[in-house]
Amino acid sequence: MAPLIEAVGVSKRFPGWLGRESTLALAPLSFAIHSEQPAVTAVVGESGSGKTTLARLLLGLAEPSNGEVKYRGRDLRRLDSEERLAFRRDVQAVFQDPYGVYNPFYRVDHVLRTPVRRFRLAASRAEARALIAEALRGVGLRPEEILGRFPHQLSGGQRQRVMVARALLLKPKLIVADEPVSMVDASLRATILSSLRKLTDEHGISILYITHDLATAYQVSDSILVLYRAHVAEAGAVEQVVTAPQHPYTQLLIAAIPRAHATRDWLAQDGEANLGDRARTSKGCCFADRCPHAASACLEAPPALYRTEPRRAVACVQFRQHPALSAGDFSAVVSEQSASGAEHRHEINPSNRLTRRRRLSC
Amino acid sequence: MNAAVLRVEGLRVSYDHPLGEVRAVDDVSFSLRPHERFGLAGESGSGKSTMALAVLRSIRPPGRIDAGEVWLDDTRLSSLSDDAMRKLRLAGIALVPQGSMNALNPVLRIRTQIADALADHGTTLSRREIDARVRDLLGHVGLPPAVAEMYPHELSGGMKQRACIAIAICLRPKVIIADEPTSALDVVVQRQVMATLARVQQELGAAVVLVGHDMGLMAQFVDRLGVMYAGRLVEVAPIAEIITRPRHPYTRALIASLPSLEVRGALTGIPGLAPLLRDLPPGCAFHPRCPQAVDRCRTEKPPMRGIGGAEVACHLA
Repeated sequence: MAPLIEAVGVSKRFPGWLGRESTLALAPLSFAIHSEQPAVTAVVGESGSGKTTLARLLLGLAEPSNGEVKYRGRDLRRLDSEERLAFRRDVQAVFQDPYGVYNPFYRVDHVLRTPVRRFRLAASRAEARALIAEALRGVGLRPEEILGRFPHQLSGGQRQRVMVARALLLKPKLIVADEPVSMVDASLRATILSSLRKLTDEHGISILYITHDLATAYQVSDSILVLYRAHVAEAGAVEQVVTAPQHPYTQLLIAAIPRAHATRDWLAQDGEANLGDRARTSKGCCFADRCPHAASACLEAPPALYRTEPRRAVACVQFRQHPALSAGDFSAVVSEQSASGAEHRHEINPSNRLTRRRRLSC
Repeated sequence: MNAAVLRVEGLRVSYDHPLGEVRAVDDVSFSLRPHERFGLAGESGSGKSTMALAVLRSIRPPGRIDAGEVWLDDTRLSSLSDDAMRKLRLAGIALVPQGSMNALNPVLRIRTQIADALADHGTTLSRREIDARVRDLLGHVGLPPAVAEMYPHELSGGMKQRACIAIAICLRPKVIIADEPTSALDVVVQRQVMATLARVQQELGAAVVLVGHDMGLMAQFVDRLGVMYAGRLVEVAPIAEIITRPRHPYTRALIASLPSLEVRGALTGIPGLAPLLRDLPPGCAFHPRCPQAVDRCRTEKPPMRGIGGAEVACHLA
């Protein structure tokens, strides 16, 4: 069966303006999300790394410059109206700003009732009400505390969870969540992320979690894609990538997270100041100018993606002894089922998922 | 006699609201030694940013400072005229604001913005002296001299934040208040900016108040931390003490809510919501969310008391 969503050699380049050079927002990339294997995939990167561009391409909000995004095997640009409606229902989005998505003049009921009406989810008003209440309970909200209120009467965390409930209402197969917790307090982050994780574990919905925060990505996701300046630096099972990063950029990212430890070595490790302004090359590795291990080979040609483990790929020449992935195709590395090493899969998967499901409640 | 460079005593800030008075900062006291890095942590709405503004006497109506004093060395800030206070901001206490994106004037070059700050505080310099000063300041924060001739939109977020630090230190203040200086930056740039702030602080011999909610950042940067909840300080202690032995249940929850990079599946939030400041629960404001609350917490407001090097406002500590 065709995957739910498939990116085939997708890239995005924004044209130059007034004689400026064009900007590569996303280098060619391929991967697939299968509806039979619900999982949380994190896309991590700094601002400008291309992670939101990837989300917009998968949602059909932007057109790829090259390659195509396929929904159940059909190019997004060539869906007929029926398929388009199905796509809009199967693939939902939760955006960053829980303040900007509401119209302040409408009660919050409005954002929940509209999809029910548009997608004809309910035959009667009573049925609609029951559906909405169920979706709200699904994300840990009490309908009687939410319905009938105006957006400004809810907290940021409540508003963001109403957006998750709205997505849940449509029983989608995939939710693309673009920085869903970057604007809410640390104390609420855990609650929202747990409601997202529950959608995968209990409702079988896949989630593409886009974030700049590696620590939350580590907590909720199964696989991870680390983007740097439009290119994938490292991808694979989250456990391996975060606990033993191989790409120098991933290593830098993880070392730069300030930890709540009594040992204070964070500021002292800021080694980047010593690197100076090394030239940025357009033909070599995009990380070469900041990389502590950069060699002359890094400045000449961009590195291939080397499959260092069954479920990990790294774009760094240090790993050139490993087989290279063809055309940036991550499907095998990112999704669990298609990974070749079956015994490996069992090793990392079931126990983890179970313990997490138990502990994530709060 | 007093070794503290900044002393805050019983500060109380209220906002008038149609539904009643909102007390954003309630009876907050702390002091800062020279060269010290002090952190103020708490959720949004805990009063930490209001606190920072109140120290600068920059609270605008409908807000007002009801009670309390702020001392900078031997100067009582409430005794200063508005004009003297305006001069003291930046020269004595400088603010590095939250969201460097919006703090700089988009239509002025960085050079002009630094020169404005100098001129406004009575520094008369020739054009050449200003150029030298600007170059020197940019060098201090690790920016190339070319940045002087650039506009804010030509700079990255980290560079803008460093330009703000350059402005903040241009008159060699004794205290730098940094209000979530890195909340909009990614982790790698955050570390560069914090390293810059640490370096200029040492060169200047200034004290720093870091306002924020990231306990990881606090653990790595400050010497002493004050935790605020619902407008009050609930715990003040040396940072190593707080990280290894948090005494207030809220401090514990704040540390636990930080997603771990070592243990997976240990993601815990703080249950419940922060209380409405105009309708605080009786007793300890944290009791509705506190896992250990007992009857006494519901009726009696816990006073701040010293327990082995820490100050804690909790009946159970």
